[in-house]
Amino acid sequence: MRTSDALAGRPASMAEPSVGRLLASYLGQVFAVASAEVQKLRHDPMELLTRAVQPVLWLLLFGEVMTRVRGIASDDVSYLDFLSAGILAQSVLFVAIFYGISAIWERDLGVLQRYLVSPAPRSALVLGKAVSAAVRGLSQAVIVYLLALVIRVDVDLSPLHLVGVVAVIALGSALFSTLSLIIACIVKTRERFMGIGQVLTMPIFFASNAIYPLSLMPDWLRVVSRANPLTYEVDALRALMLSGGTAVFGLALDFAVLLVVTAILTAIAARMYARMAY
Amino acid sequence: MSVLTRKFGDVVAVDGVTLTIGEGEIFGLIGPNGAGKSTLIKMLTTLLPPTSGHATVGGSDLVAAPRKVRRHIGYVPQLLSADGALTGYENLLLSARLYGLPRRERTPRIEQALATMGLTEASGHLVGRYSGGMIRRLEIAQSMLHHPAVLFMDEPTVGLDPAARETVWDHVIELRRTFRTTMMVTTHYMEEAEELCDRIALIAHGRIVAVGSPVELKAAVGPNATLDDVFTRLVDADPGTGAERGYADVRRARRAARQHG
Repeated sequence: MRTSDALAGRPASMAEPSVGRLLASYLGQVFAVASAEVQKLRHDPMELLTRAVQPVLWLLLFGEVMTRVRGIASDDVSYLDFLSAGILAQSVLFVAIFYGISAIWERDLGVLQRYLVSPAPRSALVLGKAVSAAVRGLSQAVIVYLLALVIRVDVDLSPLHLVGVVAVIALGSALFSTLSLIIACIVKTRERFMGIGQVLTMPIFFASNAIYPLSLMPDWLRVVSRANPLTYEVDALRALMLSGGTAVFGLALDFAVLLVVTAILTAIAARMYARMAY
Repeated sequence: MSVLTRKFGDVVAVDGVTLTIGEGEIFGLIGPNGAGKSTLIKMLTTLLPPTSGHATVGGSDLVAAPRKVRRHIGYVPQLLSADGALTGYENLLLSARLYGLPRRERTPRIEQALATMGLTEASGHLVGRYSGGMIRRLEIAQSMLHHPAVLFMDEPTVGLDPAARETVWDHVIELRRTFRTTMMVTTHYMEEAEELCDRIALIAHGRIVAVGSPVELKAAVGPNATLDDVFTRLVDADPGTGAERGYADVRRARRAARQHG
């Protein structure tokens, strides 16, 4: 339906809009939300820079030392190489997992209500937020890549692999930011959200293959980390980011897990987001 | 609108409200804090599903076709709904895209809205630096960009100084003249309601206590009665007002007032 129909209170046109036009308008609404978020980042990029401190410290301090210890058998690549993909995933995770707090902030202000009275489908709003989280995640990736080059990690810079890394990071950001949005919809206050966010990040990070390979883990932890989406994100990143890196589970499975989990979380978040206005 | 009811647990916030509002009418909702005004507006804007009842807004049914309703309404919430981290122009662009305005119509409509609301010069500044009155005008512009049939405004002038209030109302009346938009407004300022609304409903405890034009309402209470008299007489007859949701209400109102002030 055209909005101009609404103008004079005329009845909506009878013809059903085509699938193509529906999809175009859906994507337009996803883009509306995402581009507003990116505009905000452009006005105030401080947050992204401060966020970059943590991965830098992990790689420079933890990475350099642990490489000398040679305490962790990191499959075929050097430990610093192995770690850099894990830290990339971690920095993207940390940015995404606290993203839901902006929804609480918008709810307290009233900005959320503006989104929810618009005719945009709730899933388009949620996806728009996910896309903007992906942009944030990619900005972290740029920083980690630059640092990795400086400390001579054996980074694979072939275009195909770079495109693959962008896709993995976009998916990982979307997945964890949508999870974060669901948590925000449940707890609804900033204080509770920060508490739960802190509680969640540690197990997601340590019960994954981010800083040590699955082969080193006790059996029970290996089971837990195979149920952890971050494990598949790291697995795909190792294969795509490092020269000679390989995916333990195979790239197809990694992408499939990330896609399916993101789709499920988006469906859940779309239902819960609407209830944020109550 | 037919009978609408909303319960929060055991608390009945809106209790069987029935109203019909004519096209192009400015309809005022007045009543004490916690009377159910905001809950009623949230239901009519599809933000909150009614516990029972139905209503037709802009030609579509709230419960059966909420997305159709959303295409035909605009909403200016009591809280701050313009994004302070974006410029005025970017806020309008966001609204235009959310409502799916065709690309070639977007720029002229945004520019026209900015001009109508007297915000053209400030359009490139971050909204975080706007005054309370400018923010309200921007929010109204955002809500009118898709030319809705019905515009809901929840305390649009709360926390504004008299001059800013008057400017906001001048713009609202101008909009109605241009687009024949039906408007539903809640307010705590009696003189505002009296001067600007065609009809007013007085709500207490989730029920409509009285409805009519300002003149009719005053005449029902007595000769020389003011709207304040109507308010006190009819609300005082109904004791125990709004105790349950007091704290949350006060917190929200003060926060809104601070942000607009």
